[in-house]
Amino acid sequence: MLAYLGALVRLSFQAAGYAFVAPFRGRPLRLDRAFAQAMEVGVRALPVLSLITFFIGLILAMQGAYELRKFGAIHFVADAVAISMTRELGPLITAIVVIGRSGSAFAAELGTMKVNEEIDALETMAISPVQFLVTPKFLAMILMLPCLTIWANFMGVLGGSLFGVWKADFAWVGYMHATLDALFLRDIVTGLIKSVMFGITITAVGCSEGLATGTGAESVGKSTTSAVVVSIFLVVIVDLVFTTIFFFVGG
Amino acid sequence: MTVATDNSESGPMISLRDLRVRYGEREILHGINMEVRRGETLVILGGSGSGKSTLLRTLVGLEKPSSGEIWLKGKNIAAISDEEMDEIRRKMGMSFQSGALFGSMTVGENVGLPLREHTKLENSTIEIMTRLKLEQVGLAGFEDYFPSELSGGMKKRAAVARALSMDPEILFFDEPSAGLDPIIAAGIDQLILELKQAFHMTIIVVTHELASAFLIADQMVYIDKGYIIAQGTPAEMKANPLPRVRQFFDRVAEPEVEQELDYLQMLTAEHHHVKR
Repeated sequence: MLAYLGALVRLSFQAAGYAFVAPFRGRPLRLDRAFAQAMEVGVRALPVLSLITFFIGLILAMQGAYELRKFGAIHFVADAVAISMTRELGPLITAIVVIGRSGSAFAAELGTMKVNEEIDALETMAISPVQFLVTPKFLAMILMLPCLTIWANFMGVLGGSLFGVWKADFAWVGYMHATLDALFLRDIVTGLIKSVMFGITITAVGCSEGLATGTGAESVGKSTTSAVVVSIFLVVIVDLVFTTIFFFVGG
Repeated sequence: MTVATDNSESGPMISLRDLRVRYGEREILHGINMEVRRGETLVILGGSGSGKSTLLRTLVGLEKPSSGEIWLKGKNIAAISDEEMDEIRRKMGMSFQSGALFGSMTVGENVGLPLREHTKLENSTIEIMTRLKLEQVGLAGFEDYFPSELSGGMKKRAAVARALSMDPEILFFDEPSAGLDPIIAAGIDQLILELKQAFHMTIIVVTHELASAFLIADQMVYIDKGYIIAQGTPAEMKANPLPRVRQFFDRVAEPEVEQELDYLQMLTAEHHHVKR
């Protein structure tokens, strides 16, 4: 377990080295591969992420209203949706969608390359698989996860506003104002910090599961499955750790 | 103990001293000694599970030896840093059994990849060099095809073109004719012979295809259960009287293995007709 975590941390630091140190030592960073990954990880995730977070926002509003209306405080539904989306559900739902789309894809891609001897081929060509394959994925994830999270927050609020207008006597503009009043910059920033950490976790797990693939098509399936399971588990752990930190550091 | 190394043109390109490789508890190669001279084609023969593929993987640095020395161009690659190994690798080419072309790139991108990663050449120059390499292996005009659109033999040729892209001094082949029909396989043999004659490359081939081995080899080694039990020129090998070697060359079936223990013994146990 500790050895596994150690391997994840090492992989992340290796990739960070290739991204931020190596370019100053005459090994230029090829951004085109990172952009291609960002397209795949980020932009192509938008439709499904939008839909899911819109519905999550709507669900949150209804669940919140169920309790709030007992106190005659149904107009607080905007606050409830805004705070739970930005602080928690926005980053988390985004991470889970990205695990399903990209964490699994990383493991499958690298696993298939391992089985086909393509990883070995890179090494014999003196091209580091971490530099060539893993670093662009890290860059893409660190860039795209916060972006997706901001979008997810917005779609969640939009979903909440549907309920607000429909059942809580809000005008749409009024709901948006209530949302902005409820939010502090801190809520959004802590969510974004978490999302960056999720991005690193998902990439490290997906890539190291992929690179650890044994032989045969079957083991590609196995590493893909465990990439998803381990990623979800570790994302929740990372979430717990950072939420605890934010809670005690002037929550 | 120091071993004299020879860096000069006449010295051996590759020389192995008591090379041992183990996976976990099991030792796969039990002390390999051999030399390959510059410009020579060495064929490594052996049955499945004999350790010949492990030997090749160790030579290109994909496996770390547990002990022993691998002198490659005057450097002991068993004891050098990753950076130094990468330097040496730029002068090596390897053609994998499955081709190992990158499925997400076209053939042209595959062949040009080492140039793009290791040189500062203009894209147009790389394109020209890629076209030349593809012409060399008889695949002119296939730059824009994806590996999945090529036949098995063409994939192998494309893989050879990629291995040639940095103008290597040493070329490694893992089972070049495995899975190909005899005509295509003969074409690959022909390609290896051409490379040898045209560029005086040092070529190391792992195979169990006898016809192809005798056609291309200057020197042969026969590996059995992790030992080199015979080596020499093709003519010497044909005359080799060792029962294991005869069995391989005459294609005599192995007695049935029924017990797991027998099988493991077959792979790893000491045996007593070790030559030299």
